[in-house]
Amino acid sequence: MAKFLFVYRGNNDGYAKMTPDQLQQNMQQWGAWIGQAMQKGWMVDPGDALTEEGRVVNAKKVVTDGPFVEAKEIVGGYSIVTADTIDAAAELAKGCPALLAGGRVEVRTLAGMGSKL
Amino acid sequence: MSSPAPEPVASLVEHFFRHEAGRLVAVLTRFFGWRNFDLVEEMVQATLVDALQSWRVRGVPDNPSGWIHRVAKNKILDALRRNETSRRLTRAWAATRPWHTEGLDVLFLDSEIEDSELRMMFACCHPRLARANQLALTLKALCGFGNSEIAQALLIAEETVKKRIQRATRDLVDHEIALDPPGADELFRRLDVVHQVLYLLFNEGYSASRGETAIRTDLCEEAARLCHLLCSHPQFSTPATRALMALMLFHAARLDARLDDHGCILLMEDQDRTKWDRRLIQRAQEFLDQSAEGTTVSPFHLEAGIARYHCSAENYAATDWPAILRLYDALLTMHRSPVYRLNRAIVVAQIDGPRAGIRALEEAGQDSALRHYYLYEATLGEFCRRAGDMDSAHRHFEAARRKTNSPHHHALIDRRLSECV
Repeated sequence: MAKFLFVYRGNNDGYAKMTPDQLQQNMQQWGAWIGQAMQKGWMVDPGDALTEEGRVVNAKKVVTDGPFVEAKEIVGGYSIVTADTIDAAAELAKGCPALLAGGRVEVRTLAGMGSKL
Repeated sequence: MSSPAPEPVASLVEHFFRHEAGRLVAVLTRFFGWRNFDLVEEMVQATLVDALQSWRVRGVPDNPSGWIHRVAKNKILDALRRNETSRRLTRAWAATRPWHTEGLDVLFLDSEIEDSELRMMFACCHPRLARANQLALTLKALCGFGNSEIAQALLIAEETVKKRIQRATRDLVDHEIALDPPGADELFRRLDVVHQVLYLLFNEGYSASRGETAIRTDLCEEAARLCHLLCSHPQFSTPATRALMALMLFHAARLDARLDDHGCILLMEDQDRTKWDRRLIQRAQEFLDQSAEGTTVSPFHLEAGIARYHCSAENYAATDWPAILRLYDALLTMHRSPVYRLNRAIVVAQIDGPRAGIRALEEAGQDSALRHYYLYEATLGEFCRRAGDMDSAHRHFEAARRKTNSPHHHALIDRRLSECV
């Protein structure tokens, strides 16, 4: 078993267009998805959502507001899961409600944290 | 390094976000004015998205309304501070607004929120707005419906919804209609328009059947909720308001019984009366009793009276038809509505037989608006069938079928046709 990071991108754009009722439904879907994922044990950290504001610190240690990227690229949140392979992790991501809001899930392998070398 | 499993997201009441949106729009529009309605919509949307983002991970807080109001207040303060927004708002205007939390706290008291909602109701139903625009704006601003939902609810195109709302807000800005309660001199006139809009809203929802989307029956719930808001204020809780509330509740009591297991419409004579909600009928009765004050009788009183006779009858045959006939006669002196005349003819048929019903219908049919209505032909067909004239019955049922596109109406007509042997 290895650990993977789910990065949720672009669902904020979808949220901007959803009606209040649709937002409530989506929220309840998230709660249900995370709940069963934690209960079954394949999600080890439900993570968090990320708010709009951000800062970018560059190599010259200059701090600016940002990053300013296209709406569909904005990272909206993350979670940490376990699975046998990255493909197995990607399968699990298919149930994520971010997809219902027009977003995407990126799956990346955690290099060393918590895994035995 | 894993966090503890979050509590499963506690269920919010159904449509909580929708109703919070309505409350927020009322408060924020009162604060920013119609000129800044776009800004208001953005803020409300951003507040709800913040709630989603936070609660989806941490669960619903103990006081979800309080959480949302706190976030909304902060967004108002941010907006007042930020340069880009104050370009959209005039300085002079901003100077007259509470710009610190304590000032805003008052706006978010429960009583003040309700006050804002009532003001919003009168603004959305302002006589200067066209009826269709009043309806769209009420659903958007007060009921928290999105444009796509309004489109589905009213069976119109989304683009049409957008235009109606833009037209309504433009009219409100142009005529400088603020969110003020109506003055004493115009109260009854303004309240009358609010009644008309709520009645229309309810009817749109009531005429829905399963197979169309659930959002249509949501309209009944919204109309009843808004009417109830009116009823809870002594100033607006006039006899007509209470009669309208009674009428809505009598109809709502029968909503569950209206469809059979296949989703087909059941006429009242075929409905299982054990499915009628006795509790709602009781509530309706209370409102009807309370509405019996003063000397003015509104059409709502009469319609509620008719609904009451139906709801209190053991079965279709045992209904007090002569009493209902008197009420329809009274209604027709107020509104020469073709639908009233159709319903009256049905009552005549119950009392004096199908041929009398046919005569009453044909007389009503001199109003061309009625002749285009499928139910006119369908009812004629039914009376002919009962009178034993199967050929005419067939002819009228076929005509009825041609006048409607609804598969549910076709199913109803086909059932009647199959009985014409």
